Amino acid sequence: MREHFFQKIDDIKHDILRMGNMVERIINDSVNALKNQDVEASKRIYIDDDKIDTMEHEIENKCVSLLALQQPLAKDLRVITTALRIIIDLERMGDHAVNIAKTTIEIGNEPFIKPLVDIPKMADITQEMVKLSLDAFVKEDINLAKKVAEMDEEVDKLYELVIKDLLSIIAKDSSSMNQAAKLMFVGRFLERIADHTTNICERIIYMVTGEYEEIN
Amino acid sequence: METKIKVENLNFYYGNNRALSNINMDIYKNKITAFIGPSGCGKSTFLRTINRMNEFIENTRVEGKILIDGEDIYSKKVDPVELRRRVGMVFQRPNPFPKTIYENIVYGLKKNGVKNKEILNEVVDTTLKSVALYEEVKDKIHKSALELSGGQQQRLCIARTIAMQPDVILFDEPTSALDPISTMKIEELLLELKNDYTIIIVTHSMQQAARISDYTAFFLNGEVIEFDETNKIFSNPRDKRTEDYITGRFG
Repeated sequence: MREHFFQKIDDIKHDILRMGNMVERIINDSVNALKNQDVEASKRIYIDDDKIDTMEHEIENKCVSLLALQQPLAKDLRVITTALRIIIDLERMGDHAVNIAKTTIEIGNEPFIKPLVDIPKMADITQEMVKLSLDAFVKEDINLAKKVAEMDEEVDKLYELVIKDLLSIIAKDSSSMNQAAKLMFVGRFLERIADHTTNICERIIYMVTGEYEEIN
Repeated sequence: METKIKVENLNFYYGNNRALSNINMDIYKNKITAFIGPSGCGKSTFLRTINRMNEFIENTRVEGKILIDGEDIYSKKVDPVELRRRVGMVFQRPNPFPKTIYENIVYGLKKNGVKNKEILNEVVDTTLKSVALYEEVKDKIHKSALELSGGQQQRLCIARTIAMQPDVILFDEPTSALDPISTMKIEELLLELKNDYTIIIVTHSMQQAARISDYTAFFLNGEVIEFDETNKIFSNPRDKRTEDYITGRFG
């Protein structure tokens, strides 16, 4: 029965995993490039983000075709509408990585006003959140989705720390203001990426149960 | 919401073979209720118990109750012929009589002794209009109904049913022999007709049930597995068997 159709749904899940891998990678690459003040590596983020945008369009087209041609119902329908939502969140995460790359290019060779510690930690956690949320999507695992959403709290705490540190540096030395503001934005971009992951987790719960559940 | 038909502990037997098991259901007035399920699941058998059409088949037996407006239709006081006037039926294949369009519509009324030409003409006009057939056939209502297309014949059969002023209309796969455009016209018509009638439709097209019905019952092996608002049945059914059937995992 409908093996062809089920195969196409599996293909979409697989494509989302591939898109998710790319997003994980550019989050990692964008923060590494910042840490190493590597302008060339930052420029490459733009190219990778274009690839993510293309993937988003390809997956969206596949979902729309299935809706038009196969008239999916019940959970099959929810898997496809969830896929359509997830790719938007992933695409936004890619844009945030580009924003981080842009900041790196702007800072250029200017020495850091403080060593970067918490920002790379935030990047590690958000990257892990992206990976685990997509695992939860493919495995339809609600418990994992909830666990990932809880990780958002760690990211929020780190973000607060980043802001606090930078504010105290500005208080001591107003000439650090410009770079401090830029680094605050980097923290903000990572915090937003984690929020998008939480969105994905909420959608996974809806996909599996058909019920809306707000987490965090 | 007003219950038009109340089914209580209904069992139906062909000889010793139980074809319907313990059906309980409320069918609401001025709503479209769809019955879905794989072939042989009992949905058409159930439909035919609602106007006692199954009595034409020998060696069958009914247990339980079907109340229409509170009255048990299997009570001895109920005249099955009068019941079938109140509960009209439209079949899978259009089955107009080999008579004119006009005679098809007034056939039942004439049988019931209505002779007044003005009344009959009025009924023909209004019923043809209410099934959106008037414009297409107004110049040939005294020609044979068999000259009409399949879709037009089916709308004529609906007009013939409406002419008897029923409360309930049963549709047994009314579009399965029609092309997509004719199907769409019948579906639109059903959505209009529910303002005046209580409609029950057996359909093999789940998309059709999803498009037009307010309530859906899923039948399997003579049982109602799930009965709920159509939106719930097709977006988030409670029973795994319903989910598996509507998503094409079996059936």
